Amino acid sequence: MNVLMFYLFSGIILIFSLLSITTRRILRAAVYLLFVLVATSGLYFMLKYQFMAAVQLTLYAGGIVVLIIFSILLTHHITHRFKHPNLTKLLMGIGATTVGIGLVITTILSHSFKAGTAPELPVDMTVIGNQLLSTGKNGYILPFELISILLLAAMIAAIVIAKKENNKNSEI
Amino acid sequence: MIQGIPLEHFLIVSTIMFFIGVCGFIIRRNLITMLMAIELILNSVNINFVVFNRYLYPDQLQGQFFSLFVVGIAAAEASVAIALIINIYRNMKNIEVENVNEMKY
Repeated sequence: MNVLMFYLFSGIILIFSLLSITTRRILRAAVYLLFVLVATSGLYFMLKYQFMAAVQLTLYAGGIVVLIIFSILLTHHITHRFKHPNLTKLLMGIGATTVGIGLVITTILSHSFKAGTAPELPVDMTVIGNQLLSTGKNGYILPFELISILLLAAMIAAIVIAKKENNKNSEI
Repeated sequence: MIQGIPLEHFLIVSTIMFFIGVCGFIIRRNLITMLMAIELILNSVNINFVVFNRYLYPDQLQGQFFSLFVVGIAAAEASVAIALIINIYRNMKNIEVENVNEMKY
């Protein structure tokens, strides 16, 4: 059952990520990306990281895809189709991809991973909250604070970049 | 740990997904689709983090926390990138990469 679900999710991920970069309609590309992200959160559920899967569903599948779809609707006509990419670029992309996949997969298969034997830590919200905000061993407060500063900066930057220019006459 | 699925299968799936993202970044000429290719790349890296955490160090949570941080960075990056894209569209009426080659207003 587990094995079947894993191959189902990986099939969805591979097929829809390939479709999402080859389709000629941009809105369909965004919907295929949504399928990829939902299947990824299914993989996280299989690995028993429920919190990570919930974050993936709400933030990626719920937030970023909706943002992308909004910006598509603002900038494209709905019946717009892409031109085919020119041949040299297509060949370059496929060449780089096949060489990279071959290289990385041979490296992965030639390395033997030693599975951890320690008992599994139950991942509930108490453990996550304690570790995220603790300063001692297994504490992650420094990256947490860095991320919060980065999010604040990104929020201010997005507002400043996207706001309309004021007319010079309307000032004062 | 999951019975019956070796670690390498997860890594192969995420590798193929990563390079599909790279391929999309190379062959697409539209800013929004290039952003979507970047999301694919970040997502495959997240799978790697979580799987290594579960299979190799099941008593710790580094992989989970760092993939959480990667998700946060991806959200920040997407919001800034979309603000830039909308601003470019407002000035040039076009978001194909070939046509956006001047940096002045």
